[in-house]
Amino acid sequence: MTNAALTPDPHAWLKARGRWSPFEIAFWAATLLPFFFFPSYLPLASQIAIAALFAISVDLVLGYAGIVTLGHAMFFGIGAYAAGIISSRYGWTEPLTGLLFAGLVAGAVGFIASFLIVRVQHLALLMITLGLGLLTYELANAMSWLTGGTDGLMGIDIAPIFGVFNFDLWGRTAYAYSLAGLFVGFLLSRRIVHSSFGLALRGVRENVRRMPAIGSEHRVHLQKIYTISAALAGIAGALLTQTTETASLQTLNFERSADVVVMLILGGTGRLYGGILGAAIFMIARDQLAGINPQYWYFWIGFLLMLVVLTMPKGILGGLARLAGRRDE
Amino acid sequence: MTAAEPVLATEALQKSFGQLQVARDVTLSLPRGARHALIGPNGAGKTTLINLITGQLTPDSGRIVLGGEDVTRTPVAARVRRGLARTFQINTLFPDLTPLESVTLAILEREGAAGRFWSNIATHSGAIDEAFDILTRLRLADVATRPTRTLPYGQQRLLEIALALATRPKVLLLDEPAAGVPKDESAVLFNVIAQLPDDISVLFIEHDMDIVFSFASRIIVLVAGGVLLEAEPSVVRNDARVREVYLGQGTHG
Amino acid sequence: MISQFAIVLFDGFAFGMLLFVLSVGLSVTMGLMNFINLAHGAFGMLGGYVAVTLMRQMGMPFLAALPCAFFAAALLSIVLERTLFRRLYRAGELNQVLFTIGSVFVAAAVATYVFGTVQQVIPMPSWLRGSVEVLGLRLNVYRIFIIAVALAVTALLVFGLERTRLGAQVRAAVDNQRVAQGLGMDVERIFAVTFALGSGLAGLGGALAVEIVGLDPSFGFHYLVYVLIVVAVGGLGSVTGSFVGAALLGIGDVAGKYFMPEVGSFLIYLIMVAILFVKPLGLFGKR
Repeated sequence: MTNAALTPDPHAWLKARGRWSPFEIAFWAATLLPFFFFPSYLPLASQIAIAALFAISVDLVLGYAGIVTLGHAMFFGIGAYAAGIISSRYGWTEPLTGLLFAGLVAGAVGFIASFLIVRVQHLALLMITLGLGLLTYELANAMSWLTGGTDGLMGIDIAPIFGVFNFDLWGRTAYAYSLAGLFVGFLLSRRIVHSSFGLALRGVRENVRRMPAIGSEHRVHLQKIYTISAALAGIAGALLTQTTETASLQTLNFERSADVVVMLILGGTGRLYGGILGAAIFMIARDQLAGINPQYWYFWIGFLLMLVVLTMPKGILGGLARLAGRRDE
Repeated sequence: MTAAEPVLATEALQKSFGQLQVARDVTLSLPRGARHALIGPNGAGKTTLINLITGQLTPDSGRIVLGGEDVTRTPVAARVRRGLARTFQINTLFPDLTPLESVTLAILEREGAAGRFWSNIATHSGAIDEAFDILTRLRLADVATRPTRTLPYGQQRLLEIALALATRPKVLLLDEPAAGVPKDESAVLFNVIAQLPDDISVLFIEHDMDIVFSFASRIIVLVAGGVLLEAEPSVVRNDARVREVYLGQGTHG
Repeated sequence: MISQFAIVLFDGFAFGMLLFVLSVGLSVTMGLMNFINLAHGAFGMLGGYVAVTLMRQMGMPFLAALPCAFFAAALLSIVLERTLFRRLYRAGELNQVLFTIGSVFVAAAVATYVFGTVQQVIPMPSWLRGSVEVLGLRLNVYRIFIIAVALAVTALLVFGLERTRLGAQVRAAVDNQRVAQGLGMDVERIFAVTFALGSGLAGLGGALAVEIVGLDPSFGFHYLVYVLIVVAVGGLGSVTGSFVGAALLGIGDVAGKYFMPEVGSFLIYLIMVAILFVKPLGLFGKR
């Protein structure tokens, strides 16, 4: 009955979806270019890599699992402070374990918060994510004995990576370190996205009402991805602390939560590279327009947001994919 | 559980929304391999009854027994894992997933493997084979790798059933499986349903009396939330009260 | 001590009533259309700037400027609703959030361009200045005025919702939109009118707020958080809920900042998260 020429091979088809494309390999090769061609932009490149990792962590919950979050800076900030405090208060200066520690702390807080997150939807979800974000900011502000309050955390010292690579003045080590962090975080996320768990998350996003009807405890899935995402965001925050040797309340504020969503929307949600592309465009634009009044910077951000929602609901990558007439995930 | 014992039973289910009583004293039982039809005029509470049985709604009183166990307070997903699956009257699918992905997901959820995030989806080859097998049986193999939202409506109705079958149900509740499907296509759909394994008990809601009389071994007539009659098709066909409910229409079409 | 407590309670209640006028419109429109309109606070900002401009540039009296603020916000909201917002009703909450927050950014930038970042001052008429003594407490006259306006708005809203045809339609549509549509109601038109009234109230609230909290281009953003707390805690589509939520938030905020300045805002957010955890639909929310 079925035509052999038309009938797809299910195994081959599913396998092909997780395969590395030449574009991806070229993209990661291109991330090495700043070392050779734009050495004066290495600090910016490092900031982009950190923002991109943060955006990927948000994409996992927002783009893949469909949880709209307006407060993810709380995990970025918790990671940033965890990495800073372990160094400045306890003298633990080894960076990789510091990174791991920050990820664990942020992940633990994320796990606890996930019990609230999965209970609510719509407006209540927005308000709980927003509320938790604001609450964490106020808490950090009030606990100035630990966080340094509005002055920021002083006296952070980071030892050389592997005991060899010092964080140099030109930001070579910082970029290499941030890029490595981004790449590892990306690999992990890519693995998740192409796993059965990733499929289950897309199921939740596509139709949360159907999930119980196929026997799924979808809240457990959501808690799991929220925890993973919080840990990744924490690692991104820790990278910022370690490469700049400062941690301030700015890591926790609402603008950071909003900016990361803007980056993601700009690039395109639910496709990992969207966050990276969005972060790059956003950070480069802000760097180039640094001279102008921040109010006008936000005019363009606002204008762009409205434009993207009305004309390109799937972001730049989504728009490109449609132009190319190609359906990817 | 003995052979004679019903796979699914409801005992005196009651449910009201404010003043409106949507289920009154509904007592039913579905034996193994049943092919029962649930009919009744619009607003009789047919979909509500399915929602009560599957757990989307909680009854005000009464009991639901699945395979000899009381599941009245059991959450929806846990009932599904005990073998109680349903389809929806209005397509409740995963628009951007392909049929292959959707059905594979349902199988992985059944096997408890959907939470694994360290291995590629392609490594679950048993589940993929089973999914493709179900899709082939439901004549969806050719479109298995196209996004669901691009499929014709009739094929989406079939995918509703495929998703339910992937949970390996003992009891299958079909809420108007052919809703909105042209008459000639709905025959195809019900042939698929007729070919379901004998050990699955089926309860289906359907408005087309031709289909009801050719596929149902027993018919339950629901009116205003209560069971008016439960009997063989020949009895229902000739029942004066049923004729009255479907006034003018007769019992045939 | 007792009198200090009473003053804080009074100030808090007045602030709460201000928040009520600012947010009740959003609660009703959100309950109607499930449209998450984060630009609601921006209509408040518009009302504020309209009142300030009319009074300072044209010498209009305060009582005349208030209705102008209402109508300016209502008019602009009709234009925006018809041209832009209506495209988003079925667009999903993320797109609604992004689009409306984008419009808040734009509104803030426009306000900066026109008015600069300075705090605006409103020349209060003399009869609203100073304070009066009531039961041995010195109460600020303007705050009494705000409470009176808010109570009048509440009475009008309750009367309007309970007794008028539009009110009955709004209630039916909030309860069940599909049924309302089935009964032949033009839900879109009902929504457009409600949206205009709700935004107008925000404009009025913005004009009332200048004297209490000041006005600068960050108003739409800053008070958005307060407005959203009121709506979420009170429950969508509930005037009673907004009233109670606003009063609680106003009193909590003023008392918190007065008695515990270190952790005041922290407590507000904590209580909100706790309430939403226990009652995700808010205190008076139905769905």
